[in-house]
Amino acid sequence: MTVGLPHFLALSAIVFCIGVYGMLTRRNAVGVLMSIELMFNAVNITLVAFAHYITPQDVTGQVVAVFTIAVAAAEATVALAIVLLIYQHHKGIDVDNVNIMKW
Amino acid sequence: MDTFSLAFFVLAFLIVASAIFVVSSKNIFHSAIFLILALSGVAGLFVMLHAYFLAAAQVLIYVGAISVLMIFAVMLTSRIADKEIRHTNEQVGIGLLISGGLLAVILYSLYNTPFTISDQPIAEGAGMTLGRLLLTKFVLPFEVVSVLLLAALIGAIIIARRDTKTGDSVPPRPIPLPKSLQQAKGESES
Repeated sequence: MTVGLPHFLALSAIVFCIGVYGMLTRRNAVGVLMSIELMFNAVNITLVAFAHYITPQDVTGQVVAVFTIAVAAAEATVALAIVLLIYQHHKGIDVDNVNIMKW
Repeated sequence: MDTFSLAFFVLAFLIVASAIFVVSSKNIFHSAIFLILALSGVAGLFVMLHAYFLAAAQVLIYVGAISVLMIFAVMLTSRIADKEIRHTNEQVGIGLLISGGLLAVILYSLYNTPFTISDQPIAEGAGMTLGRLLLTKFVLPFEVVSVLLLAALIGAIIIARRDTKTGDSVPPRPIPLPKSLQQAKGESES
């Protein structure tokens, strides 16, 4: 059995679904952020695997992965700042209690 | 089984096992440590896929920067003694259902999709090509991403800064309503 594109895609799907599960069930806001990082990484695996197997002469898939990493970094920075602010206001980062925007 | 397959399965086991620990560990600090392990495994996968620049960027940005950021957030917010409180909400069942269903759909479509695997050789000097593409064909998205990073930097500082005199946190000031809307609001309240 040789490892090919479907193996990478299946691994990426598994990691993405683990991230979805964590995002839905975590109560800690930092835990939710970690799950989102897992999902970003699963998507990056997909992009790089497609770039390697479908278009080996072209690195466009890797360019898109670079942009994904940059956007993920920006997202993590802002989200963690928001988490710190929520902690100062609510004395906790339980996302179940942070429903002030819900009416 | 050749070395490539062996390396893939070792890395896949490492990534999946540590990802499961990330979402299920009771201690959020352990989650952060396992997240570092999973991200390092993804860097290994990038090396296997001949994406050397991305592997280096993954180690620098994810393993180096984002993990440290996560650990900072854990240290600043959660108390280590909080281990005994529940770490999942009431949606464990429905969360399992949704993620399992999503996985089934993706794997089913993956199984039924014919992929045209190219038999061309892998391009040499992919790192150089990547840099050239970033500054020619993708120069506009590249600049937009740099502006986005700058905006995220300023936004994070504005959101999380403290007042230098009182030491209190300064939440962003609400944007005042335009005059016309203020009058309308006053009339509706009176």
